[in-house]
Amino acid sequence: MLEIKNLHVKLEEEDKVILRGVDLKIGAGEVHAIMGPNGSGKSTLSYVLSGRDGYEVTAGSATLDGAELLEMEPEDRAAAGLFLAFQYPVEIPGVGNMTFLRTAVNAQKKSRGEPEVSAADFLKLVREKAKTLKIDAEMLKRPVNVGFSGGEKKRNEILQMAMLEPRMCILDETDSGLDVDAMKLVSDGVNALRSEGRSFLVITHYQRLLDHIKPDVVHIMAAGRIIKTGGPELALEVENNGYADILNEVG
Amino acid sequence: MALPKAKEDALSARLAGLPALSGKGWISAARAEALARLQAMGLPAKRDEYWRYTDPASLNAVDPAAAKSFNPGDEAPPFDGLDRLKVVFVDGVFDPQASDDLGAEGIRIERLADAAAADIHWAQGLYGVLEAAGQSPVQRPLAALNTAFATDGLLIHVTGNATKPVALIYVHNSDNSDAILHHCVKLDPGASLTLLENGPAAARFSKVLEVDVADGASFHHIRLQGRDHERRAVTHLFARLGARSELRSFTLTANGRLTRNEAVVDLTGPDARAHLAGAAVGDGDFHHDDTVFITHGAEACESRQVFKKVLMNGATGVFQGKILVKSGAQKTDGYQISQSLLLDEDSQFLAKPELEIYADDVKCSHGSTSGAIDETALFYLQSRGVPRRTAQALLVLAFLAEAIQEIADEDIAEDIRERLERWLARHGSKAGA
Repeated sequence: MLEIKNLHVKLEEEDKVILRGVDLKIGAGEVHAIMGPNGSGKSTLSYVLSGRDGYEVTAGSATLDGAELLEMEPEDRAAAGLFLAFQYPVEIPGVGNMTFLRTAVNAQKKSRGEPEVSAADFLKLVREKAKTLKIDAEMLKRPVNVGFSGGEKKRNEILQMAMLEPRMCILDETDSGLDVDAMKLVSDGVNALRSEGRSFLVITHYQRLLDHIKPDVVHIMAAGRIIKTGGPELALEVENNGYADILNEVG
Repeated sequence: MALPKAKEDALSARLAGLPALSGKGWISAARAEALARLQAMGLPAKRDEYWRYTDPASLNAVDPAAAKSFNPGDEAPPFDGLDRLKVVFVDGVFDPQASDDLGAEGIRIERLADAAAADIHWAQGLYGVLEAAGQSPVQRPLAALNTAFATDGLLIHVTGNATKPVALIYVHNSDNSDAILHHCVKLDPGASLTLLENGPAAARFSKVLEVDVADGASFHHIRLQGRDHERRAVTHLFARLGARSELRSFTLTANGRLTRNEAVVDLTGPDARAHLAGAAVGDGDFHHDDTVFITHGAEACESRQVFKKVLMNGATGVFQGKILVKSGAQKTDGYQISQSLLLDEDSQFLAKPELEIYADDVKCSHGSTSGAIDETALFYLQSRGVPRRTAQALLVLAFLAEAIQEIADEDIAEDIRERLERWLARHGSKAGA
């Protein structure tokens, strides 16, 4: 599904190298987690994959089912099936949540040459999916993320994911700012989307989220590289002992 | 007081290019007084305080610069689907064939030329009267010129609830047309009217609209200034509002070399409400100026000014807005916001917000901002699969929303949103795209 090879990235504006040769391969239906200390490059990896400005790829590649992502516009990556759940979902005053969702869904359908969804069908579908995420009609009417609580914003991200049905989902610290109940709700939303044809890359600081969203593979990232890869037990090791041991061991 | 030589010369040249004053009876007196006002003021010049940001040269010139009319292609004319009373002017001349019969429930409409022949007419108390009152404290010579030399226009007397909106359609045909229209609208106590205006009107267009809104009456005004790229226009709205009356005016401007829209509103009775709003979108050689003056002369009146401009590829936007609260106008609620969205560094926005308050129990706020599009929001939308151009249009419409919300009629508001969406799909900044 997603294959990252020897990815090197620096900031565009300054001479600061952030990713120093990331290699990662995620198969269809797999859930991978990336953990790592602050500043290790986890969020940068998610932004570079989704096409945010401000980064320069100096070497390497990232392909989704063989297609080079790094050469595509962000909207084309989305249409190809990539989705990033933001750590800090953006507030957009004046743009209704519903309008936003429908514009996004139809834009992707259009770019894939599929027919657009009618307003009535769309409404029905959104309501259904929103209900399971406990997103009420009022939240759908409000401007995108404006006045939403931290938990509401994250639920809104998962709703978008559910509506867009991407094949490769990246969750960037989706657990940050969530209380226990909200984390359960969000995780349930994610788990409901797990399927054979859909893969996940879960970026997190904490083992907690991985109790809810059980990963197949766990990677530890430090200083712009993946330094260790293992099973779910690796996350527990980090939780109990911190990163120091692993860093020393590799170091 | 004698005019400076340069102003005197400019005025003489302009007057020489205009026909002698026409009309008999009451209107000839009104025109003569307007001409005297103009002669005392002279034409506007770049050094005049309220013309610093907008060069009046092309409005002062004896002949208008040529301007081709624009073919909107398959875009349907605005307000087409509405049940309305249609009045058409072609290059500033009333076209009876294309217009509906000038009568409907609750309204009486006459052509200026016909009414001028009467010995006594209600318009005597209005034509040039609000314009004259609006010359102080800020001079508006082009409005006086209009009163003196207007060649056509309508006198609309609203006696009850006008069931249909009156739609004025300004067609621009000739490349060299120079139109001067002057309308008066008188709303009796408790009466209501929606006035729609649409179209570029001429290569150069001067229009004055004087509106007397009596106690408890309500006047809604929605204007689209057409999509001609080359036309120039100067327009004035003078309104006097009685107690508990309401004025709502919204203008959409897309394109046009030069547009100067002035609004002068006097809140003379308590509890009156005036909302003025404008959305302007300009690409390239576009200069758009909103100059607004609202006077609170009575207690507990509310005024709102909401003006938004989207500028790209070297376009210029100007906003000069004033709220004057007279002593005794306690409990005034005044709000003014002017904002521009600059899609590149070549475009500019010049704003002069002013407050002058002589009462001590008032609520007045004003704000003016100029900013670029939010790149983070743009990326967020793109990351969901929305193409950059569409994402930009969504954000631009969101920026304009507060102005469009001032339109009371939701169907018209939606139509305007859709027009803007299509306009934005056709236009984009050439920088950095």
